[in-house]
Amino acid sequence: MLDIATAYNKYIFLGNEFLTWIWFLIENDQDIAAITASEFPISMEIGNSIVLENNLGDKSKEKITIKGDKAGLEEGTTALKKGALVTELNLLCKMGEEEEYKFTIKGESFNLTGLKTPSTQPSKSEEELEGMILEKAYLLLKVTAVIDTLFLKYIEQRISDDWKTKGLQQINSWIHG
Amino acid sequence: MGLISSTHSMSRYHIEGQFEATVMDEVRKGLIENAIPKIENEYEELSAGWTPYESPYNPDFEKFPFIFGTYFLFSLRIDKKSIPAKLIQKHMALAIEKKKEESGRDFLAKNEKAEIKEMILDVLMHKTPSIPNIYDVLWSYEDKNLFLFSTQKAANEIFETLFLKSFNLKPIRLFPYTIVETKSKFSAPEKDRVLSLSPLKYVKENHA
Repeated sequence: MLDIATAYNKYIFLGNEFLTWIWFLIENDQDIAAITASEFPISMEIGNSIVLENNLGDKSKEKITIKGDKAGLEEGTTALKKGALVTELNLLCKMGEEEEYKFTIKGESFNLTGLKTPSTQPSKSEEELEGMILEKAYLLLKVTAVIDTLFLKYIEQRISDDWKTKGLQQINSWIHG
Repeated sequence: MGLISSTHSMSRYHIEGQFEATVMDEVRKGLIENAIPKIENEYEELSAGWTPYESPYNPDFEKFPFIFGTYFLFSLRIDKKSIPAKLIQKHMALAIEKKKEESGRDFLAKNEKAEIKEMILDVLMHKTPSIPNIYDVLWSYEDKNLFLFSTQKAANEIFETLFLKSFNLKPIRLFPYTIVETKSKFSAPEKDRVLSLSPLKYVKENHA
């Protein structure tokens, strides 16, 4: 394995490409459950924030932040056209019949912030506390497993022989029309 | 924000390696030996250690549980003293003035000022109380997953050092590269292909 700090910086782009790909999947109504071979239905929506960055080549960066519950994403698509990638994304992820998760994920670190899981029953007794902890742990492991599986599916496509003629072309068509 | 709160902020780890002896005993031993001291060291700027999830201010792992079902759940407590820069500045100005009066000189040498600063920091450190910060740790030993309910760089670094020292298992922070290394079933040649990837630009000229 590479040195962790070096690897972190060198492969930041993979996380940003992945978030951009998620946006592509959402906008193009792709079946995320099918992509991840999930046993339960999964759907995703863009939440209330999206951050994009464009490296301008001379070590300077252009950063575009779109926030708000009903914010239009036109500026984001314009940024994509100019070569920007998504670096941070707020997502609403629905799993199964009723489970709803909301969180912001950062491309470079995969840190999750503002994560809301489906609600768990508040505890009164010690036994109930244990039940609540187990339920919470289950939900957190479930949502992170979906993120990892989806990310590895992206990587699988990215290293496949037909990436340039298939995956890349589809995303380019979406961005540039 | 910890495990039982309405929103969470967390970073994730893959735990490399496994215990040779009984897992529970090893975890208990690591937690007890590296629990945060009950009595605060008045002169220490920073103190960090484990504490039970249900008892952040009484680090008693004999009394409070750390095993919940198949998970280990405990907390990292970091007690930190922070002296405001303006307070140091004020005490420095007063002490320098006093020293000048006592010595009858108009100025102080660089090393005299450094000595004064050291003395002031010592006194203020002694007087300032530590501020505790608590970060929950949820460890699923079987599948090598660990959640640290913090995304703060300093807390994560303290966690990584303390975890390795306590359990002799290496916590590997999960981000794009390490997810490929630890969570994928890619073959060695496939991993090599990942390593050789370079950044994409979705600009018009790529459009076939």
